Amino acid sequence: MRRNPPQKPADYLPIAFPAAMLALFFVVPFGIMVAISVFKRVQGGFYEPAFTLDNYARFLTPFFGEVLMFSLALAAIVSVVCLLIGVPFTYLLTRIGRRYQVLWLITLLAVLSLSEVIIGFAWSTLLSRTAGLSNFLVFLSIMDKPEAWTPGFGAVMTGLVYQAFPYTVLVLYPAFSRLDPSLMEAARTLGSSPLRAFWNVVLPIMRKTLLATFIIVFIFALGAYLLPQILGRPQHWTLSVLVTDQAIYQSNMPFAAAMAVFLVLSSLFLVGLSILVSEKKGIGTP
Amino acid sequence: MTDTVKFGLSRRSVLAAGLAGASTLAMPTVLRAQDRSLKVGVYGGYFKDSFDKHIFPEFTSATGIAVESIAEPTGEAWLVQLEQAARAGQAPADLSMMSQVAMLKGQSTNLWTPLDLSKVADADKVLPQFINSYPDGKVAGVGAVAWYITLVSNTESYPEAPESWAFMWDPANEDKLGLLALVSNSFLLEVTAKTFFGGTDVLDTDEGILQVMEKLAELKPNVRLWYRDEAQFEQALKSGEIPMGQYYHDVTGLAAADGFPVRSTFPKEGGILDSGCWALSRASEKGDEAHEFINFMTQPSMQKLMSLKVGTAPTLKRDTLDMTDAEFASVSSDIDPVIPRYDLYSTKSDWLNQKWTELIVG
Repeated sequence: MRRNPPQKPADYLPIAFPAAMLALFFVVPFGIMVAISVFKRVQGGFYEPAFTLDNYARFLTPFFGEVLMFSLALAAIVSVVCLLIGVPFTYLLTRIGRRYQVLWLITLLAVLSLSEVIIGFAWSTLLSRTAGLSNFLVFLSIMDKPEAWTPGFGAVMTGLVYQAFPYTVLVLYPAFSRLDPSLMEAARTLGSSPLRAFWNVVLPIMRKTLLATFIIVFIFALGAYLLPQILGRPQHWTLSVLVTDQAIYQSNMPFAAAMAVFLVLSSLFLVGLSILVSEKKGIGTP
Repeated sequence: MTDTVKFGLSRRSVLAAGLAGASTLAMPTVLRAQDRSLKVGVYGGYFKDSFDKHIFPEFTSATGIAVESIAEPTGEAWLVQLEQAARAGQAPADLSMMSQVAMLKGQSTNLWTPLDLSKVADADKVLPQFINSYPDGKVAGVGAVAWYITLVSNTESYPEAPESWAFMWDPANEDKLGLLALVSNSFLLEVTAKTFFGGTDVLDTDEGILQVMEKLAELKPNVRLWYRDEAQFEQALKSGEIPMGQYYHDVTGLAAADGFPVRSTFPKEGGILDSGCWALSRASEKGDEAHEFINFMTQPSMQKLMSLKVGTAPTLKRDTLDMTDAEFASVSSDIDPVIPRYDLYSTKSDWLNQKWTELIVG
């Protein structure tokens, strides 16, 4: 593969197609959204082209600030939990036989084929008082009487982690399966315990992968609007839920667009910040 | 990865199966292949199923016009889709059953093609409140069906039927209620106003609305679920997971008839009376068929059939209907209903929505 930077315009050709696709399916819709976000809302009707910052002004209140903060925090916690479970899981997965690896991966991929609606309703049944898992615990005499575990923050977290976990593993898997086993062997020969070797050798090598996974899950969880509705109480509704309310039920496209722009900007800002921090810290690592 | 996974299926058979599957899914509910057809949107789920089974075939056999029924989402989601599509000159459905708030919002953007009542033989029998008109008097929609939202409860959790909406505020009902999540479809402001403030006149002023909202805020600890999706609550009500709340009288009646331990009660302050109009998208080219459809559906015999089979209340004057008192009572009530203040949802919709969201989220 050629490594030197492109010299002539023709050298950019290979990326022309992806660039065009990106422009068509990302830049253009995003541009339309930004445009609509400054349009004028016609109350009780739809919207008309104009230039107004009213929609942004309406967002700049403590109320929406809190909702935005909650959404960002929820997405971050989901990413952390996914990594906490996903990293040991994927590491162990790459250490077992090829056959079982494939089986596990197919099982995880199967989860991706479930729609968010099915996941939401399944979990709300599993966590319910009348038909849920707590009945099983009562049967085992661990609990006195069945309890409802939904709606609540725990239920929202469970649903989101369940849904994001396959992505976590799929992003981590290639990096972990390429990991040179001799590194661990070297650490072990030098007297490290397996846990210590994992902590001191494997994790630092994986830093970039971990960050990438964190960002992917974070953005994925930030867009969740169905699970917080089905499994959460109103205080667990994310900004995406309110965007949906405005766009779909209030037909207030301009305000929905303005909220979405805020959501995109704040997540871009956080992603940029984390990349910046990791690059500073990342000196000396591959 | 690809080397290690071997499928026993050939590419061709997978493609064939996929194609067959996709075309089955994409096949719309066409009753009969006809030259003349009409796409009609009705609320998806039980509502649409009942229409497909009992109502649309009658129309097709009487007029020869095939009906392609479209499942429309609840709330105003369908309005947004119709509006966006109409801007692009498309009509996902020619005629749609629209609730009052959506009708009014559609009227403000001239989404509905004006209807010609001279083509509707029984138009004079329709109760005046069920004819929606533009400010200039042109007809935007003709009442299709009316429905009640009532106080529903699980008969196992509540052996005694509640008598008043005020029962929802009882501290004993902590974490037991399921209520609609939006100000514009729950009509809880009207319910609270009629129950505690002697009528909906208190909602005339902003201060009055805030006062009512304050009373509503006391309800929050009792609410387990604020639902946007009906299926979410219906399931929980049947199982007793959420044993009480507001729900549609018609669907609850059907569930009770199917043996589920649920009941619908008209509280002494009245059930919430809402209605759906037939409205024609301005992007539709099926004006003639649409008028024939409305003409057919407005007949007293069809209104009766809808009441018996779908459980909705008729939109025609009582004396024009050939229904027994028992039949009429099963879909309606003599108690003066809670009439939604539709005017608020068009003139103050954003302010109301903001205050409401702060009320339940905050």
